[in-house]
Amino acid sequence: MSEPLLRIEDLWVRYQTERATNYAVNGVSLSLDKGENLGLVGETGAGKTTVALSILRLLPQKTGIVDRGSIWFDGQELLSLSQSDMRAIRGNKISMIFQDPMTSLNPVLTVGEQIAEVIMLHSSKTQKHEVQQRVDEILQMVGIPAARKQEYPHQFSGGMKQRVVIAIAIACNPMLLIADEPTTALDVTIQAQVLEMMDALKRTLQTSMLLITHDLGIVAQMCDKVAIMYSGEIVEYGRVEDVFEATERHPYTQGLFGSIPSLTGNVRRLNPIGGQMTDPANLPAGCKFHPRCPKCMERCKTEEPAVVDRTGHRIKCHLYT
Amino acid sequence: MPLSVNEQKKTGQMREVWHRLVRNKTAMVGLIVISLLILMSVFAPLIVSYDSVRETNAEEKYQPPSAEHPFGTDDMGRDYFARIVYGGRASLSIGFICVAVAMSIGLILGASAAYFSGAADSIIMRIMDVLSCIPSILLALVIVAALGPGLVNLIIAITISTVPTFTRVIRASVLPIVGQDFIEAARACGTRHPRIVLRHILPNAMGPIIVQATMALSQIIIAAAGLSFIGMGIQPPAPEWGAMLSNARTYIMTSPYLIIFPGIFIVLAALSLNLLGDGLRDALDPRLRD
Amino acid sequence: MSQPLLETKNLKKYFKTPHGNLHAVDDVSLSIEKGATLGVVGESGCGKSTLGRTILRLTQATDGRILYDGREIQACNESEMRLLRREMQIIFQDPFSSLNPRLTVNELIAEPIIVNHICENKAARNRRVEELMDMVELAKRLSNTYPHELDGGRRQRIGIARALALNPRFIVCDEPVSALDVSVQAQVLNLLMDLQERLSLTYLFITHNLSVVRHISSEIAVMYMGVCVEKAPANMLFSHPRHPYTEALLEAIPTPDLSSRNKKRKILKGEVASPINPAPGCRFAPRCTKATAACTENGGITFSEVEKGHFVACIHCC
Repeated sequence: MSEPLLRIEDLWVRYQTERATNYAVNGVSLSLDKGENLGLVGETGAGKTTVALSILRLLPQKTGIVDRGSIWFDGQELLSLSQSDMRAIRGNKISMIFQDPMTSLNPVLTVGEQIAEVIMLHSSKTQKHEVQQRVDEILQMVGIPAARKQEYPHQFSGGMKQRVVIAIAIACNPMLLIADEPTTALDVTIQAQVLEMMDALKRTLQTSMLLITHDLGIVAQMCDKVAIMYSGEIVEYGRVEDVFEATERHPYTQGLFGSIPSLTGNVRRLNPIGGQMTDPANLPAGCKFHPRCPKCMERCKTEEPAVVDRTGHRIKCHLYT
Repeated sequence: MPLSVNEQKKTGQMREVWHRLVRNKTAMVGLIVISLLILMSVFAPLIVSYDSVRETNAEEKYQPPSAEHPFGTDDMGRDYFARIVYGGRASLSIGFICVAVAMSIGLILGASAAYFSGAADSIIMRIMDVLSCIPSILLALVIVAALGPGLVNLIIAITISTVPTFTRVIRASVLPIVGQDFIEAARACGTRHPRIVLRHILPNAMGPIIVQATMALSQIIIAAAGLSFIGMGIQPPAPEWGAMLSNARTYIMTSPYLIIFPGIFIVLAALSLNLLGDGLRDALDPRLRD
Repeated sequence: MSQPLLETKNLKKYFKTPHGNLHAVDDVSLSIEKGATLGVVGESGCGKSTLGRTILRLTQATDGRILYDGREIQACNESEMRLLRREMQIIFQDPFSSLNPRLTVNELIAEPIIVNHICENKAARNRRVEELMDMVELAKRLSNTYPHELDGGRRQRIGIARALALNPRFIVCDEPVSALDVSVQAQVLNLLMDLQERLSLTYLFITHNLSVVRHISSEIAVMYMGVCVEKAPANMLFSHPRHPYTEALLEAIPTPDLSSRNKKRKILKGEVASPINPAPGCRFAPRCTKATAACTENGGITFSEVEKGHFVACIHCC
C-alpha cells in the first residue's frame, strides 16, 4: 500500500494562556503504515502527548491551538472534519490508552458495562446478548476471565485495570491505537505481562500503534520505527535498527542512551546531557538543542538545521549536512 | 542583604494572589463595598455625632428621606442615617470579634485533631459533631436565653455556634498537608511539633481558612441581626441593623423606608463578603497557578 | 570486616487494618558497611519504603532491633533521637510534595540548621546554605526562588542539600530519581555518587529501577511482600541470581538494545497476593515455577548464605 495509514505533515501546536504562549509542537511530520508500531520517545514536555491529542482532536478547547499542518488518516484529513464525524472516528477507528489506569475508568460502572458502552456506540450490534458476547470475547483477549465483567474497577489491581483500559480501546477493532505511556504506572513484572499481551493483540488484530514512552527499552522490544522528540520537534526518525545502532545519530539521542545505567557493562559514571529541558515559552534560536549539546557549533546557535535523510533515517542536525 | 530580597519575594507571592483577585470583577465589587462599610463604621464619629443617634425629637417623627435627614427619621424622630452608621459599627464588630475568636479556637482544635489524629481526633470531632447537631441559630438562642440578652452574651453565643464549622474546615485543610513528604522531612531533622504546625502546616492550609472566615463573617452578621431582630441581641436604644429592622416592622405600611434601609445594608454586607470569599477561593487555589 | 554502620535484626513492621495485620516489613535482617551503598529493590507495596522509614524511626517498628553504629535506636529517648537524626537523613521520591511550597530555596535548606541550632548567627547560616547549594550544584541566584518555579531536577537537588545540611553520615534515599526524566536522573545519580565519595556517606538506596540500583549500589537486597528474598554484592546478583523472583525480575526489564528483541522471555504469571495476614511459607510460592508443597510449609525457609556474601531465602537454592 502506498498511502500510509497515518501521515502528519508539518504540525504546529501552541498552548495560549493569559501569561505565556507555550510552543509545544513545532513542525512535526511523521507517517505510520498499516500494522506498524511507531515509538514516540522524549522527555517530559517534549510534546509527545500533544501530538497524540492533536490526532484525536482532544486538545484543550480554549488554550490548545493548531497553527499549521495536516493529519491524514485513512484518506481523511482529520483537522478539517466536523465534530460529529470526529466522534465517529474516536474510539472506533482510532482509540487511545492513557497512562494512568487508576483514573481512566469510571468507578461507578462495572467493567463489563464500560466495555459494552463503546461497542453499542460504534457498532451495529444492538442485541443485548450480541454485545455481551463481544464483551466476553474481548475480556478473554486481554487475559481477564469473562466472569469478572460484573466487578467494579476498584476490585481490580493496577495491571488488571490497564488490561480493562486496553480492552475498551480495542473493543471496536481500531485501525490505530495510541498508547500514551501505557505501562509507566505498572511494576516491571506486570509491565512485562501487559507488553507481551499488547504485542500478541497487535499481531492478531493487525492494528497499527503509536506508542508514546520515555523508556527506550520498551521501544527496543515493541517498535518497528522510532521518532525521538525534543522541544516539539522530531530530531531523529527511522527504523529501530537505524536509531539504536547507526554510527550517525543525533547528539540528543546519544545523550539519552548515555543517561541509562547499563545492566551489563561496568560504567562508574554516566554521561548525561547537561542542563535542563528548554522552556517551551522561550525557545532558543537556531537548533533547539544547542544550549545542551556537547557538539554545539557556531552555526547551531543561529541557523535552524535541515533534516538529513539517509534512506529513511532522518536526523535534524548540522553535524550531518 | 539576602533577607530583604527574601521579604520582597514574599510580598511578590502575595502580590500574585492579589493580581488574580483584582482580575475578578465581582470579587472587587465585594471588596469595595465591604471596605466602604468598614470605613463607614470605623470613622462613624467623623460622619455624624453619636448624639444624633439618641436625640429624640417628637416633632420630627416619620420624616421621609430629605436633604436634612438622608434616610429620614424613625418613630422617635431620631436621624435614621446616624442610626444606620452606628448600627453598622455594632454589626461589623460583632462579626469580626466572633470570627477572630471562633477561628482561633478552630485553629487549635482542628489542627491538633488533624495533626495528632487517633484519640485526640476522635474526641475533638465527636464534640464538634454534638455541637453541630443543634441548628446554630437555635444553639445561639439557647445560650442567649440562658445567659440573658446583651452584646457580650450575643458574641459568646454566636462564637460557640460557629466553632464547629471552623474546626471542620481547618481539620479538612490540614489533613492532606500532614500526609505530605515535607512534613516527614521536617520530622526527620528533629523539628518539634509546634514548629511543624506553625511553620510548615498552617501557612499551607491558610487558603480555605481565609475563605471560610469571609463566608462566616457574612453568616454571623445575618445571625446577629436575626438574634437582635427577635430581641435576643443588642438592647435599645443602642442601634443595630437587625434590631432596627425589627422595630420598623410596625410601620411597614406607613413608613416603608424604615425597613428598607437596614435591610439593604444587611444584604450589602453579607453579599459583598460572599462575593469576596468566592473570589478569594479562586485566587488562592493553587491549581489555577501557572 | 569492620563493624557495620547500620544493622537491622529481624525487623518487623505490621500495620493494623480492619481485615488483620498488614505485613509491610517482615523479619528483615540487613547490614550496611560504612561508606557503602545498599540498594533495596522490589515492586510497589513490597515494603521497601516502610523499611527506610522504620530505620529512621519515622514510624515505630513492631518488633526487632535497629543498630546504628552499635547503638540501639529503639532504646533512644526523644532528645537522644533528636541528636541521632542529625546523622541519619532521608531524600524523598517526589520533589513536589517533599518541599514546603511556602518557603524559598534558602529557607528550605536553612530549616534543619535553624531547628538544630547549628549556626550562631544569620551570616554563618547563610554562608552554610551557600556552601550546600554549591555542593549540589545549584546556582546561587536561585536562593530566593520558590520550589514551584523550578524543574524536578533542581528541586531534587534542594532535597539533597537539605539532607546534607546537618552533616549526616547515613542517608536513606527513597526513590530519589524515579520521578525524573532520564537525562536529569543521570545528573542526580552522578551527584549522589560524587557526594558519597567526598563526604564518605553511607546510603540505603530504595528503588524499583534495577538498572539504577545496579549502577549505584555495592550490595543489593531484593524484597518481595515485606520479606528480603535475596541479598548479594551488586555484580553477583546480576550475573548469578539465585532466587526465582530475582531471576524473573531481571528477565522482565526491557533493555535498550536490539539483541534481545526477538528473544522469547520467561514472563512471571499472576500478581502479588494481599500482604494482609499472608499465608505461611514462601510468599513467592503462588507465582513461582519451582514451587513445591514444601515451599508453603511454615518455618521451612531460612535466609542463608549460599556463597560468600550471597544470601537467599529459598529452599530450592540452598
